[in-house]
Amino acid sequence: MIMRLSSKATTLLILAAVIAIAPFFFPSSYYFRVGSLIFVNGLAVTGLVILIGYAGQISLGHAGFAGIGAYACALAPIHLGLHPALAAILGALLSAAIAFLVGRPILRLKGYYLAVASLGFGILVSMVLSNEAQLTGGPDGMAVPELGLRAVLKAVGIDLSNTEFWYAFSGLALVLGAWLALNLYHSPTGRALRALHGSEVAARTVGVDVAHYKLVAFVISAIYASVSGSLLALQNKFITPDVAGFMHSIEMVTMAVLGGAGSVLGAILGAAILTTLPQVLTVFQEYEQLMLGLVMMLVMIFMREGLLPSVAHRIRGRGE
Amino acid sequence: MSLLQIEGLGIDFGGLRAVNDVGFSLKPGEIVSVIGPNGAGKTTLFNMISGVYAPARGRVVLNGEDITRMPPHMLARRGLSRTFQNLQIFQSMTVLENAVAGHHLHERGSVFADLFSLPAARRRSKASEDSARALLDRVGLGRAAEQEASSLSYGALKRLEIARALALKPRVLLLDEPAAGCNAVETEEIDHLIAQVAAEGVSILLVEHDMKMVMRISNHIVVLDHGEKIAEGEPAAIARNPRVIEAYLGAQATEAQNADG
Ligand SMILES: Nc1ncnc2c1ncn2[C@@H]1O[C@H](COP(=O)(O)OP(=O)(O)OP(=O)(O)O)[C@@H](O)[C@H]1O
Ligand SMILES: [Mg+2]
Repeated sequence: MIMRLSSKATTLLILAAVIAIAPFFFPSSYYFRVGSLIFVNGLAVTGLVILIGYAGQISLGHAGFAGIGAYACALAPIHLGLHPALAAILGALLSAAIAFLVGRPILRLKGYYLAVASLGFGILVSMVLSNEAQLTGGPDGMAVPELGLRAVLKAVGIDLSNTEFWYAFSGLALVLGAWLALNLYHSPTGRALRALHGSEVAARTVGVDVAHYKLVAFVISAIYASVSGSLLALQNKFITPDVAGFMHSIEMVTMAVLGGAGSVLGAILGAAILTTLPQVLTVFQEYEQLMLGLVMMLVMIFMREGLLPSVAHRIRGRGE
Repeated sequence: MSLLQIEGLGIDFGGLRAVNDVGFSLKPGEIVSVIGPNGAGKTTLFNMISGVYAPARGRVVLNGEDITRMPPHMLARRGLSRTFQNLQIFQSMTVLENAVAGHHLHERGSVFADLFSLPAARRRSKASEDSARALLDRVGLGRAAEQEASSLSYGALKRLEIARALALKPRVLLLDEPAAGCNAVETEEIDHLIAQVAAEGVSILLVEHDMKMVMRISNHIVVLDHGEKIAEGEPAAIARNPRVIEAYLGAQATEAQNADG
């Protein structure tokens, strides 16, 4: 696997270097915006690496947690008077709690059944967000307050434009998220997850409480999705129920699978490709859903492991 | 006193009585072999004892505690470990990681510490890695530690499963055909390893088709045929038992017929 090819430090180094150096090649400030979208998506997809790549479980409803994180940032400041940063934390805790409750029954299911059940959960969240119009503004969406960190930075002499700030802030969040996911990979918990992925019965016989560890992966990945949704809401300063929609869930899974759900770097690459394409190719923008379907099919047919691991294998194969 | 006691264990698959009314017991450090023709119900018996299948009838008692129908991960905590006839390797993990994963019960701790790679988590990982390397050396896979597990031969994977099962530091170890796919030298090594482990006080329940090995290392043999226990006793007595000879010769005669036809 790619993971051993590039150890934890290498992965983080590559990631941090690309994030830091890329701005020097940006033709316009618009690319800071594209970059921060990549990082926000990359964060959600890194969470899916833990669920899909490590633990071998699928979810087609994780946008539901992104929705919870996003709307927490919109609603908690108004109704609870919370600072948006605290609202994001509240959203993450709420997502974790809901993932815990929802995950327990649905993670008993396998394969298609789990896919359909998680899909149901995502649809439920997006319907609640659409239908509770008095609270959420319904399909029209609602405004999200300013995070305010940029003003603080300015006061201490770091003057960033809005897009630059969000590029740096989401980039930092992504590196942090990747660091945690890579730590997990090489830890006892990560080994338990990968063991149950490899053989549930063997994992059980070495003492892994399979139901518990699946739930751990589900809750952690839900927190990633929630934080990703919060960051999206805060940088857009506006949010609609689409963030929790079915298409967003499918998009996340496609990004993970395209790059390689088994590898953090691969999944982030997948997020980068599928976030950038609609921005630079109008065809992709117009037919986004069709394109996602096509990408998914091609990956499944030609590179089951995903882009990065497949390429790595091929390079190694040639080297031998 | 017996460490593991099996009483009247039975299970059906549809109309098939795969195992019926099987009972015997295992003392600490004892090697008990379960033999019988293909399809006799040996693996099914293992699956019931290790909690993979829920028996329809009977009881399993470990160290005085009724463990019947207890899930495998709870049995692991009580010191019951096993290997699989049809290998259950953690694919896409290295040989070392497979052995380290066997230390799960000794290395698990807070998820928070694992996520942030706190010193406690690293200490736990380090300890299980050291122990796993020692176990790999013990089964002769020390030099293959960094290899992808899927690259090993069948016989080597069998030994990797033994290392993984030993990582638990079990009191009872169930081995389902550990020497299958191994050459004569490897079989002898496994033979030694089993005797050594038993000498350390671990009780071993063994299923093995290599009769020479079974006769050599078993303290006690249980014979199954069509899910029923047809004989039990010391190796020498079993070798002379007419019902056992008939069950085996019968099976061989049928096999010969099948081969002819
Ligand atoms: N999960 C199952 N569902 C249905 N039938 C089963 C199942 N597991 C085992 N059997 C049947 O139960 C009987 C006993 O099988 P088992 O695998 O226990 O035999 P065995 O003694 O281990 O044989 P072998 O020496 O070939 O490994 C066989 O007839 C088998 O087909
Ligand atoms: Mg068998």
